[in-house]
Amino acid sequence: MLSLALERDAHDGLFPIHITLETEARIVALSGPSGAGKTSILKMIAGLLPPDRGHLSVSGSVLFDSDKGINLPAWKRRIGFVFQDSRLFPHLSVKNNLAYGRFMNGLPRDAAHEAHVIAMLDIQDLLARDTGALSGGEQQRVAIGRALLAKPRLLLLDEPMSSLDDKRKAEIKPYLLRLAAEGVPMIYVSHDADEIAELAGEVVSVDHGRAR
Amino acid sequence: MMEWLSLSPQEWQAVGISVKVAFWGTLASLPIGIALAFLLSRKRFPGRALLDALVHLPLVLPPVVTGYILLMVMGRKGVVGEFLATHFGIVFSFRWTGAALAAAIMGLPLMVRAIRLSFDAVHRRHEEAAATLGASPVMVFLTVSLPLAWPGIMAGAILCFAKALGEFGATITFVSAIPGETETISAAIYAALQTPDGETNVMRLALVSIAISFAALLAAQAMTRKNRSRQGGL
Repeated sequence: MLSLALERDAHDGLFPIHITLETEARIVALSGPSGAGKTSILKMIAGLLPPDRGHLSVSGSVLFDSDKGINLPAWKRRIGFVFQDSRLFPHLSVKNNLAYGRFMNGLPRDAAHEAHVIAMLDIQDLLARDTGALSGGEQQRVAIGRALLAKPRLLLLDEPMSSLDDKRKAEIKPYLLRLAAEGVPMIYVSHDADEIAELAGEVVSVDHGRAR
Repeated sequence: MMEWLSLSPQEWQAVGISVKVAFWGTLASLPIGIALAFLLSRKRFPGRALLDALVHLPLVLPPVVTGYILLMVMGRKGVVGEFLATHFGIVFSFRWTGAALAAAIMGLPLMVRAIRLSFDAVHRRHEEAAATLGASPVMVFLTVSLPLAWPGIMAGAILCFAKALGEFGATITFVSAIPGETETISAAIYAALQTPDGETNVMRLALVSIAISFAALLAAQAMTRKNRSRQGGL
């Protein structure tokens, strides 16, 4: 269950942003033109961009509530974020990028889950490589794996498949659906109408920072 | 023919003191330099411009004035120096440790500038990604910002070392030039210049000084290049 009402006034060069969402849908898609404020909404949910007021709770856990003075920092929210640009750490190998979230959250090693994610994303051969030596699509697959292995309670995906080919998209989509069915809710930003229709249980249109 | 190039024991001593003073001065100022650079690069706070100016003050102040201030503050009768000597037995004035302190203060602006540029170049987006993966601000700093800025930090340390190696004005004002204790290469060159027929000694020490400084600058440049290529990687 995802419940949020977040508002941010116009400042720091950004237009005002407003989103209200109460949903049981496992995958919510945010759609809208470029520059509509979709990424800013994801950042507010992740705790990377402070809202001025509102509330946010995921599966009963309150992460932000301006009335009660609750505002968990990003690192305590357990909200995974797959960015449009992969943002892999250039000083760490692929393997260490993947292990980063588990290490930071003090999670025990789950070899089965790890093997499952690695196989699904087909990144086994990339593990020992430097991130700089990967193609855009490879980087994005590792970034998805990195977010998943941190075992987030909510996964935010900002056009995660824009740099993947159709074959890889087709492979990853069922996994995202399965992951959602297993209980990891997702908010998914995409321009691709087919992708949205295939994945999302609910679609929210965003325009000029207002979601409806 | 090349005999004039070999250093006398006293000259070796001056080279040794210079390297010791520059090494410890750099090492001691490194954590402070990193903290100041990070603060100035990432944080907005009241008094930031003042702190920035204070860090850079030794760069524009006559070194003798810096030495005099050190004498007033850290000397045996100085505000802090007397306290440290009475309660902890730590004495800086007329000791090589005082020379290291003077060198550290004179090298700090160069160090902070280089490290700050390096922190400026570390993409915030990597730090944001680390936070969404559960890294606390301290862990983001230790596991992302610091390693990515590392070549710049090394370049800053080398620049500080080179500056410390050539320090003269603040050092001689604060700790004088006591052979075997505080007489550095620069002080030895100055002393040799005052001595009749000291030109050969001056030339020898000058060559050593040029060699060490040149090597340090080349190392700093190599580090900066490495930093640039790393930052451009992703």
